[in-house]
Amino acid sequence: MNIWIAIAVTAVGCYAVKLLGLLVPVGVLERPLVKRMAALLPVALLAALTAQQTFADGQSLILDAKAAGLLAAAVAFVLRAPFLLIIGAAVVVTAGVRAIGG
Amino acid sequence: MGFAVGLSGFAFGVTSASNGLSLLQTCALSLLVFTGASQFALVGALAGGGNPVTAAAGAFFLGVRNAFYGLRLSQLLQLPRWVRPFAAQWVIDETAAVTLAQPTRRARRIGFAVTGLTLYVLWNLTTLLGALGAEAIGDTAAWGLDAAGPATFLALLGPMLRSTTERAVAALAVVLMLGLVPVLPNGVPVLVAALAAPLVLFVQGRRQSAGAHGRRQSADANSREGTDR
Repeated sequence: MNIWIAIAVTAVGCYAVKLLGLLVPVGVLERPLVKRMAALLPVALLAALTAQQTFADGQSLILDAKAAGLLAAAVAFVLRAPFLLIIGAAVVVTAGVRAIGG
Repeated sequence: MGFAVGLSGFAFGVTSASNGLSLLQTCALSLLVFTGASQFALVGALAGGGNPVTAAAGAFFLGVRNAFYGLRLSQLLQLPRWVRPFAAQWVIDETAAVTLAQPTRRARRIGFAVTGLTLYVLWNLTTLLGALGAEAIGDTAAWGLDAAGPATFLALLGPMLRSTTERAVAALAVVLMLGLVPVLPNGVPVLVAALAAPLVLFVQGRRQSAGAHGRRQSADANSREGTDR
């Protein structure tokens, strides 16, 4: 039930912000500070989420094969690999490290 | 682009199903939310056993950037008011990128509609396949598929790290996140880590007004959009 509540809240919230952009009069969201904030918020969230999903298990910090996978993804990104290859590198390396390390 | 979206959709289906969401819940997310990063964030937060509202809050804040795409698109597409509620669901990173690249209003409208429809169908089909696949695969961790979620975040984040400001925000967010995970309840650390954005903006603003006394320095303030890949 909790999951359905989360899905409903997310769905309504995400739809509302999409619609808001289309309906709001030009100029309201065009202030420089608001635009800077809108650009930086995803940066903070994505960085935090990457760290969380790589190094956190519930409330404890862990270091496992996923860290190696993420490192591979970062290398792929620096080498300008396409989106697909970045994800692929993470998956393959994580699986590989687990297969070797058990 | 379609291919990349297809793979992300598949990865989302797999991640969601292996995080304990049912097939119906997984597909409902792709149908109703339809903005990838928020969906990954939500299933990740739910997997940690977080409170549903804090989990949804993180996903919601990630979706806020779509409002700014909508703002640009409403100027470019000039849609009649009654069409907007229907068009809204397709306002995402990819449709914004395609629409902004078109030269005329007609081409923009076509670009928006074709990209929106194609990706909506593709995203939902691949989500379904991924969720079904996860059940067939069994232990998704053995295949390294639990790394797909964070790798997607990283791939979205990478192109955004264009200047020192973005890098400072990202670094501070990671430090806050890892520092807070052991002490705060699940789902809350990510919301606190989001404060890295206003914090860095604040510090930067003070430095600029202190350092550039009289000299105007707003060169960096021109538009920085989100996450094209």
